[in-house]
Amino acid sequence: MLLLPRGNCLADNAYWCPAYFTNHYNRHTILSALSEHVSLVARSVAIALVLSLVIALLVRRSTVARAGSIGVANLLYTIPSVAAFALLSSFLDPRHDTGAVIVLTAYNLILLLRNVLVGLDTVPEDVVEAARGLGYGRFRLVTRVELPLALPSIVAGVRLATVSTIGITTVAALLGFGGLGGLLVAGLNAHPPFHAEIFTALVLCIALAVVSEVVLLLVERWLSPWRRARST
Amino acid sequence: MAEPLATGPVDMSTWQQLVHYLNDYYTWNGKNGLPAETLTQLWLTFLSVLLAAVVALPVGIALGHAKRGGGAVTVVADATRSVPTYGLLVLLAGITAIGVGNQAAVIALAVFALAPVLVNAYVGVATVDPDAVDAARGMGMSGGQILRRVELPLALPLLAAGIRTAGVQTCATATLAAFVGGGGLGNPINLGQAQASNGRGELIGGALAVIVVVIAVEIVLALLQAALTPGTRTRALFLRLRPRREAATA
Repeated sequence: MLLLPRGNCLADNAYWCPAYFTNHYNRHTILSALSEHVSLVARSVAIALVLSLVIALLVRRSTVARAGSIGVANLLYTIPSVAAFALLSSFLDPRHDTGAVIVLTAYNLILLLRNVLVGLDTVPEDVVEAARGLGYGRFRLVTRVELPLALPSIVAGVRLATVSTIGITTVAALLGFGGLGGLLVAGLNAHPPFHAEIFTALVLCIALAVVSEVVLLLVERWLSPWRRARST
Repeated sequence: MAEPLATGPVDMSTWQQLVHYLNDYYTWNGKNGLPAETLTQLWLTFLSVLLAAVVALPVGIALGHAKRGGGAVTVVADATRSVPTYGLLVLLAGITAIGVGNQAAVIALAVFALAPVLVNAYVGVATVDPDAVDAARGMGMSGGQILRRVELPLALPLLAAGIRTAGVQTCATATLAAFVGGGGLGNPINLGQAQASNGRGELIGGALAVIVVVIAVEIVLALLQAALTPGTRTRALFLRLRPRREAATA
């Protein structure tokens, strides 16, 4: 195979070292770190999405409530991540990752809330009027007309939130919350630093960001067939 | 039921540990005290933003003046944003010849600070009112004169906004330097974390110090930005009720 380095890459402490991740024990460590990472990101983005949909629907008609909720979400976003993880890891049981999910959810709020509000704002008024004319009630109007039309903006927010959360989650490991950052911490603390472990974790992080970007683009296309029809 | 066993020599509640930490002589004095670590954190922030500005300001301003390369600016900004900062720090400190310490931190933080400075410099210069540029050209100004006497003064508020965003984000992220063998306010957090249930005072104290320092930096830079931006009310800068220009935040 082209990618196989010559000699013993573990002994050479090479960056690219298949012998590192094909080892049974290491593979288990890497896969569990990866699944922890994905789970942290998925849970925090999902919770933040539900929260921001609810908040957006509640506040969108009032200028003051909008400014207030955006302001609070902005404030949460400015809290440095290490400090936030540190505070929650000391007040919550560090053996569970609830603290990490709370911090990541808080960071995602501003990214999602802003995009949900923008999406709802861009629904054309005459479409809403037409739906009302067809006898759509408030609930059906929101679920069948407004949210589907707001979808491109919402999915754009989800993509932004997912990519940034994948990065911030690596910091969670510094406070013992797990994920791919754990491999970075372990690799850096080895003597000498374990290059293959660091490099593998970083590549997985970036690959995860790219894959989630592509998957969410496909989801967006799948969820809005009318845009697909128009563009082809 | 028996009480859970004490996990170490000190068995205090989280709150007691925090009070104890805040009253410790070595919290406020010496090279590992909070004042010294704060200075290190600010120095790291300053160096990183300076490095980012030296690279990004000329490039952003030149591209904005030529109104070219907007796509490239977006690509570079997105690429630097999608690299996890902590991952980059570990990469520089653990794999490259730079090694652990403040140097690796400054380089990684500068990469991180690049995006806001670059995007705001480009957008600031490129979106200067074309009528003003036309008028200047009609008066016989050369390209360089237009840049120096029309575009740069008009773009100054957005340039300042970019530096401010970069400064605040970098100061918050500089906390990570301590986790790759550097200095700064990450040290008390790191040490507190290492002491498990006995280090919660130090852990929380460090975290609170980071938050306070970042807020202070935000206030100072906001005032600087206000000084450079004629006609802004300071209140509007802090409340940010109106969304900033999309390029500055997204």
